Amino acid sequence: MKGYNFAYLDEQTKRMIRRALLKAVAIPGHQVPFGSREMPLPYGWGTGGIQVTAAVLGEADVLKVIDQGADDTTNAVSIRRFFGRTAGVATTTHTTEATVIQTRHRIPEVALREDQIIVYQVPQPEPLSKLEPSRAETRRMHGLAEYGAMHVKLYEDITRFGHVAISYDYPVMVNGRYLMAPSPIPAFDNPKMHMMPALQLFGAGREQRIYAVPPWTAVRSLDFEDHPFRTTRAPHACGLCGAADSYLDEVVTDDRGGRLFVCSDTDFCEGRRAAGHLGSEAGAETGTDMAAE
Amino acid sequence: MAYVAVKGGERAIDNAHAWLAEARRGDTAVPELTTAQIAAQLGRAVDRVMAEGSLYDPALAALALKQAQGDVIEAAFLLRAYRTTLPRFGYAAPLDTAAMLVRRRVSAIYKDMPGGQILGPTYDYTHRLLDFALEAGFSPPSAPEMPADGAEIPPVNAILAQEGLVEGDATTDAEPGDLTRTPLAFPAGRDVRLQTLARGDEGFLLALGYSTQRGWGGSHPFVGEIRVGEAAVAITPPELGFEIDIGDVAVTECQMVNQFKGSKTAPPQFTRGYGLVFGHAERKAMAMALVDRAMRAEELGEEVTAPAQNIEFVLYHADNIEATGFVEHLKLPHYVDFQSELETVRRMRAEAVAVKEAAE
Amino acid sequence: MSIDLPGFADPVSGAQTCFRAVLDAMARPGSLHAAGQGLTPPAPLDPATAAVLLTLVDADTTLATDAACAPARDWLVFHCGAPLAADPAAAAFVLATALPDLATLRAGTDEGPEEAATLVLQVAALGRGAALRLAGPGLRTPATLRVEGLPEGFASAWARNHALFPRGVDIILCAGDQLAALPRSVAITEEAS
Repeated sequence: MKGYNFAYLDEQTKRMIRRALLKAVAIPGHQVPFGSREMPLPYGWGTGGIQVTAAVLGEADVLKVIDQGADDTTNAVSIRRFFGRTAGVATTTHTTEATVIQTRHRIPEVALREDQIIVYQVPQPEPLSKLEPSRAETRRMHGLAEYGAMHVKLYEDITRFGHVAISYDYPVMVNGRYLMAPSPIPAFDNPKMHMMPALQLFGAGREQRIYAVPPWTAVRSLDFEDHPFRTTRAPHACGLCGAADSYLDEVVTDDRGGRLFVCSDTDFCEGRRAAGHLGSEAGAETGTDMAAE
Repeated sequence: MAYVAVKGGERAIDNAHAWLAEARRGDTAVPELTTAQIAAQLGRAVDRVMAEGSLYDPALAALALKQAQGDVIEAAFLLRAYRTTLPRFGYAAPLDTAAMLVRRRVSAIYKDMPGGQILGPTYDYTHRLLDFALEAGFSPPSAPEMPADGAEIPPVNAILAQEGLVEGDATTDAEPGDLTRTPLAFPAGRDVRLQTLARGDEGFLLALGYSTQRGWGGSHPFVGEIRVGEAAVAITPPELGFEIDIGDVAVTECQMVNQFKGSKTAPPQFTRGYGLVFGHAERKAMAMALVDRAMRAEELGEEVTAPAQNIEFVLYHADNIEATGFVEHLKLPHYVDFQSELETVRRMRAEAVAVKEAAE
Repeated sequence: MSIDLPGFADPVSGAQTCFRAVLDAMARPGSLHAAGQGLTPPAPLDPATAAVLLTLVDADTTLATDAACAPARDWLVFHCGAPLAADPAAAAFVLATALPDLATLRAGTDEGPEEAATLVLQVAALGRGAALRLAGPGLRTPATLRVEGLPEGFASAWARNHALFPRGVDIILCAGDQLAALPRSVAITEEAS
């Protein structure tokens, strides 16, 4: 775009972010402070992820952007457009075609590969923030690997509810050393982070933190031997493609309790339908667009 | 009923932007505002946008205000996003506010002092009656003028300092921090604290400053001095090797004087809280000075009990660009997380019902 | 004068390409990547070494070089703008052609392990020479990296560095137009050759 550098950020800023990324990769799960810049999108819209993507992206990359698993949600469209305008890179909605995937709140259903990078948008990088609001204090706790408070919190859940009552942003231990916020992905996605072949990068713009999980790295959701971590999803098959193992969105179809459950990962769902898999509600989709509403 | 897939996000965004542009312009029978009008006639709003946008450029601030339909935080955000793309040509020498061209200067602690009290263009003694003459359009007569004598107006602090009654300026050769380049870290030095406050949200600082007056972090403040005017900005280009003035910036400075009983190492004397803000912004400068002083509680051996004294709390929540982003991001789709919560709550309810039934 | 020699022909894409090589090298310890092809840096710098420094070092970092790299200092200052640190213990980046005592470099703190130094170490060759067996994050199964130019006893020096984790120095190895990386997280044993 005229008047702006490739991928918006100036080269000095990219170098600063790149240095932080390398340290983040060398210390899996550790939050590296970085001089986050104001971006032309608001904090909370993915400024951390955007800065990481801008520092990583090259002309040969193919970018996919998803929000809630979908390529067509407005913020995903907006971010994809931003990089289309400022970097001119190729974009795709197909997970398998992408070299860089920026995401908010989901990990694609299709297993990622070694030649891919996934960039997570992170609103709150501090997994201990709900237990200890002071960042000076949580930094000390990470330094000492002092995570007893989190185990106590989880155990209190179990005593009270019979299981851990965290359903998203479920804390993980990375490489046996750092407690890490996986970003607000549903706990359903946590197991995908463990020994993932792709490099996972995390950017929190407002909180000025970058962290990373290298490929093939142990990422364990916190649990107890007698209460092992388990995932939940809506107990249905996708109404459109019939998938019984994907994460589902619950769509309210009428005011009489009608519900339709469909894949949150729109590319996954479309791929299955193209391959001939049909769910019980296939054909129910009308594809009305929100621009006309 | 059929499932309505949410599609067409791209067109929806384009349509929304078109509608926004139309709404911004408003009734086309009414003449369009020019940015020159905004810069000239909405000066306090322009000043606030420059301060919180941390970019001194009245023309750009006026444009931002126009683009944001007068939403000051949105306008400050536009300036911030623009300023991050600008290259740095150099670093200015510290402003010499003692030498500034003063258009207003008041002190609450002396009846009179060298340089005198100068009311300047203040709202302080206006009666807050809506002026319907302005609605009709009004060209004011020229205000009376008096030639400036050109003499520097010495800071009121200097008077107290002669007696050793007030703490001196901290002198250090250390490079000040730069919170636009370096992430906030703790303990945060006063340099970084003051930077955060200078571009912090006026409303947030006002409320915090107010809280210190009401007992939340007891301070006993007096306005040593408020001065408003133009201060020269000087840089030393490496190729010249000597200092040159590159222009003036309008600033408001507040020196707040606070009682201090002394400590093991310091005799009883007055301590200071400091405020410096772009433009004419007395409310903000005064609130800043109160909060600055409150954050020095630990340094001065006072008990830290109130929000305004908690440095981390103040610094992490003063920035309205950060705050508005995180508050407003809640309107983005969160249905994936909400779905996971739905499943958890349904499961917990089913378990609770089962337990109840088993007990009956 | 060495400053007459150019940096990246295209600074934006040159830095991006090299960064991705370093990022992938750091994410997959011991993997070999091409870097700096076409660069003509001053002696004694190899193209990969020069590319890494052009990519990561600037006025916001400090750089220390060993005596052997002194002839390239003017070029580095001109192209990177980095302040040179006389004391390697104070530098964020350390450039060397022989392994320095890792214990003398910045290792970071428990709370700020990211403050540790990055050692850019130019070696005689990568892909041949003594075999190092690597294990840790980034590696599904242990991998072998062959390096020519590391001193004997490197594995035990590294073991002391690795034991500091999460503190510790990270190394980017450069030779010719190739690079590999050894993040502090990787465990190294010497393989019998």
